[in-house]
Parts: sequence; C-alpha cells; structure tokens
Amino acid sequence: MSDQRKDTADSKKDPRKIRSVSRMKEIMTHYYIDAKTARDNAKKVAWITSGGPVEPLIAMDVIPVYPENHGAMVGASKMGVDLCRQAEEMGYSPDLCSYARADIACATTQGGPIGGLPAPDFLVCCNNICGTVLKWYEVAARHFNVPLFILDTPFIHGEMTEDARRYVMSQVEEYIGFLEKQCGRKMDYDRMDEVGRLSVEGLRLWQAVLDTAAHKPSPITAFDAFFHLALIVTLRGTRVAVDYYKELLDEMNERVEKGIAMVPGEKYRLLWDNLPVWYRTKWLSEKFASHHACLVADTYTSAWSGVLPLIDENRFLESMSVSYSSVYINMSHDRMIGKLKEMIEKYDADGLVMHSNRSCKPYSLGQYDLQKMVMDQLGIPTLIIEADMVDERHFAESQIETRIDAFMEIL
Amino acid sequence: MHTGTDAITAGIDIGSITAKAVLLIGGEIAGTCVRFTGYNAKKAGRAVFDELLKEAGIAKERVSMVVSTGYGRNAVDFADKAITEITCHGAGAWFIDPAVRFVIDVGGQDSKVMRLDENGKVVDFAMNDKCAAGTGRFLEVMARAMEVDLDDFGALSLSGEPARISSICTVFAESEVISLIAAGEARENIVAGIHEAAASRISAMARRVGVVPPVMMTGGVARNKGMIMALEGKLGVPLSVSPYAQVNGALGAALLASRMDRPHP
Repeated sequence: MSDQRKDTADSKKDPRKIRSVSRMKEIMTHYYIDAKTARDNAKKVAWITSGGPVEPLIAMDVIPVYPENHGAMVGASKMGVDLCRQAEEMGYSPDLCSYARADIACATTQGGPIGGLPAPDFLVCCNNICGTVLKWYEVAARHFNVPLFILDTPFIHGEMTEDARRYVMSQVEEYIGFLEKQCGRKMDYDRMDEVGRLSVEGLRLWQAVLDTAAHKPSPITAFDAFFHLALIVTLRGTRVAVDYYKELLDEMNERVEKGIAMVPGEKYRLLWDNLPVWYRTKWLSEKFASHHACLVADTYTSAWSGVLPLIDENRFLESMSVSYSSVYINMSHDRMIGKLKEMIEKYDADGLVMHSNRSCKPYSLGQYDLQKMVMDQLGIPTLIIEADMVDERHFAESQIETRIDAFMEIL
Repeated sequence: MHTGTDAITAGIDIGSITAKAVLLIGGEIAGTCVRFTGYNAKKAGRAVFDELLKEAGIAKERVSMVVSTGYGRNAVDFADKAITEITCHGAGAWFIDPAVRFVIDVGGQDSKVMRLDENGKVVDFAMNDKCAAGTGRFLEVMARAMEVDLDDFGALSLSGEPARISSICTVFAESEVISLIAAGEARENIVAGIHEAAASRISAMARRVGVVPPVMMTGGVARNKGMIMALEGKLGVPLSVSPYAQVNGALGAALLASRMDRPHP
C-alpha cells in the first residue's frame, strides 16, 4: 500500500511517471503469490522458457513460472553477483548464462528476491531462444525430479521449410499429450481457442504500446518497455494481460496527445539491441537522458509481438509451429538485419546501441557483423557496449561511460 | 573572453597512469606537461595545469577555455567542458596532420582506434574492454617479467624472431613468458613475441573499425619502436608517429577548447 501511495504522489509531482506502473506491480505480486500457493489451491505449476508456448498451459489451467523473468528480477534487485557466485561454487562455469546460474543457486538455496520460485510439477523447455535452456532444464528436472518436455525449434536460415514446420507441429501435438498426462484430463479445445485469441489480442496491444514510441517526442523509452514487458512474457493468453495493456495503451495515447516526452528535450532517438542490463537500467537511462537521447525501441521487448503476422488466431495451435520457431534470435542475420532496418525506419532512429551480453550467446554472436551491416547499409552510427544482463562483475562503469559519451559526441 | 588568434586554451588529459596538459596560444603549441596521475585525479589535474602555466609563464586568468579528457575528465573541476578521449585523440591527430584518417592510440590502461573524416571528426571507434592485453600495462608487466627497462623494450624486440605467445590474457601471458625463459628461449625472441601478441590484439580491433590510411599512432606506447614495427607488419600500412604522441589527447582537448572559444559564425 505504501508503495502505491508513493507512486500516486510521484505521478502528481512528475507528469512523466507512468501511472500504470503501480497496477503492474500489483498484478505481478498477485501472480507470484498465486504461483507460490498453487499447491494449496490444487493447481499445478510448470516452469517454462521465456520464448516457450505458454498458451496450452493457460488453457489447461496450469500456472506458468518463468525462471528467466525471475532472473531479470534477480538482476534488477542487484542480487546477481552473489547468486552467480554460489552457482560457481557448486561447480558451474562463470561462462554459463547468468540467468541459469542465478536460477540454479535460487533453486537450491531458496535465495533471491522472492525466496526462490515455487517448485515445478513439470518443465517445458523450448530452444527457440538458446541451447543453454536444454541443459539448464535437464538440471532442474534432475533436481526437482519432475518430467521435462522439450520443444525443439529448428534454426531458420532463410524461410522455414515445410519439413521443419511439420517437425515442430508433430511436437506441438506431443506437447498437448504431455500436458494431458500431467494434468490427468483432456485439453478443452474451445478454451484453447479462447486463450489463443487472448494471446493475440495481448500481443497486438503490446505492439501498439511499443509503437507509440514512433511519435516525437516519444511517450515511452525502451527502459520502460523492459519493465512493462513482464506480463506479455508471464501472462500471455490471459484476460489480465489484455486488460492491463489496454490501460497502458490508453495512458500512452494520452501522453502522446498531451505531448509528454519521457526524455525531456528529446534530441536523439536510439534503438537498443539485446537484453537489458537489469542492474543498471536506471544508470543507463539517466546517462542517455543526460545527452537528450531517448531509447525509443529495442529488439528484445518486441521479440514476442514480432511474430504476430505469423499467427493465425483462428488456427492458433497450427500456426504456433511457425510463430514460435520464427522468434528474433532463432533466425539468420539476413532476416535480423531486415528486422533492424524495419525498426530503424519505423521509429526514425538516429543510432543503434548494442549490448554485447556475456550471458546471451545467441543474441550477441554476430553483433559485429550486424553492426557493420547497419553502418554500411543504413549509414547510422552504432555502439557496442560489453556487459552482462545479471552478473555485475562484467560491467565496467567508466569504460561504458566513455563509450556512451564518445558515441553521443559522434552523433 | 579571447576570441581572436591570440586566444589561449588548455587541454587536460587525466589518464590511468599519467596526467597530461597542453597549452595552445593562437593555434600554436605553447607548452606541454606530463606527470603521474597518482591516487587523486582531481589533484593531478590541478597540478599538471599549474605546472604547465608556470613553465609557459602564463597567468591562469589569461586562459579562456579549458577542456578536460581521459578517464579522470569529470574530476577536473575547473574545466569548462569534459570531452571523451575518443573525440580528443581524433582532434589531436588531425591537428598534427590533417591528412590522417585513422588513429591508433595505445595508452596505459586502454587501447583504442578511431576512423576520422576530413575534419578530424571521429566517424567510428573501438576500445579494448576490461582486459589489459594490447595496452601499455601489458607491455609494462612483460618488461618487468623479462627484467628489461621499458624504454629498451621495443628496441630489443627488433632484433628477435618472435617466440609464440598464444594467450591473450596478461596474467596467463606472463606465465607463458616465464615458461619460455625457463625453456631457454632467447630474450629478444620472447620480447619480439610479446610485441607480436599485443600488436595482433590491437590490429584485430583496428580491422573491425576498418583501417583507412594514412594511419597515425598516438599515446605513450607510440614511443615503442617494436610496437610500431609489429603493428605495421600486421596491418600492412605504414604508421606515422605524432611528435606529441603522449600528450595527443590533451592537445586535441586544447584544440577543441579553442574552437569553442571561437564565436559561432
């Protein structure tokens, strides 16, 4: 309550504060309470990867829990170094993804910002985001002694082939069978259709929120998007997410009408690539704002809604094989550069800032090539900063500050 | 405020090891000064500035604009503006030779490369990250391990056939060097190998940005002939060395200060 009061007070003082923030915190708190008390309410909990097909879980009334969202919370609460170190003491390599290290440490010590995640009844792992999740989820399956379902999405080089589509589709069918076995009842396909429609509606609203950044000045920055993203990851396919993003979109449209700029005196518009540096979002946001630079968009928060054109809301399960395989980091550089170009034009960006993320290899591999492509083909300056999403030991403040300052001097 | 050709401006570059200062009077270098940074960057900035003015015989009040740069740039509280060393090194190299299109700066703690346009403005750059390989510090550690004076280190490398040093990490490279010493490898070969290793690190970074000749080398390590040779070999282009290599960042800062001093047309 005191938090909420503070938010209201702040928003009266500063029109730039996003009012919906307090509602978002409330939803996330309820979500985690529900998940942690699932057993008392005879509900099942499934851990699922951030890019995994969550809609069938929602349709089966299973509570999805995201170790990666939890990893982001660990990072934002600046608890990453301690937890990563604990995992390293257990024998995990410091080169392993910091989400994985933090999660493994939390699972065994009940540490972290919410005292660990609720234990899973089963696990769902989709490798459309990386290969690390396979081993990470195998470790979790052994630790909790629960079944693991793996959905293997082939990497898309050019177009997704018919064979690949059929291969993923057959796994979607197996996935439904797996869920029916775990839950001890049949899938209600009418309910599944409804969840699919809600998922699409939520994704459309989220994309519309992100698109308000095309206005000058932008009512929102990528740093805000990093925060408001949580529901499209965790509660995609629910009415709660749809209602929330409606509210957020209304607020953003209102800001556009009133001409409220998130970065006062917005002069430069930048695009961000890769995951946030969770423990330094405030510092980075202030650093860019001090140069009157607004991070108008990013490749990360738009990754979920980026596949919208591939989803057929009337045949949701069928189109899932293509849409879940076609996420941003599961495709070739040629397709990535296409996406980047689209975004640079749409948001009228003056520059690109790439976070070379020590943890996220598939996202960071090839950034130097992409950087070159962007500079050669689009002629806009790019900056690469080296850090990590959760492990603060990889963040060198003065070096990053010099790079950002120099980049802004070039712009 | 001085706005004519007799304008006096200063650039202060606070690096990790040394603090440098340059005085410009009417577009000419009127004095330079270098001293150790030590623990307190703020104090170092004041001290190097005071010494510069004392040597040049110029009263502080006559300096119309001061620009600070380097890692300690924000600690120089009397500077009118702080500008990053990237921009300053570009400007400094351009001041010495306006034809220069590419700058390789190797300092104590970092190495950086910059591609310039015809006005000396930086178009693209890269810096080493969280790693001492390919920096002055790397050479310093290695010279100590080899018991060679840093000033003779580069010259010694010229007479050797590079021994293979595979590690890119300063700490591991040092243990490799010690193993080579134990194995009886000739000192000059090891020293040449050390220069090869540092040069390959820097040249990879340079190629990432795209080397466009003419190329100028700046920073304290530009005094090391072995590094120049090794880099020329790796990049396949001749390197010119700024006569003001060590104070190049401060020079650029003083030049940018003089431009700020000029009234806008």
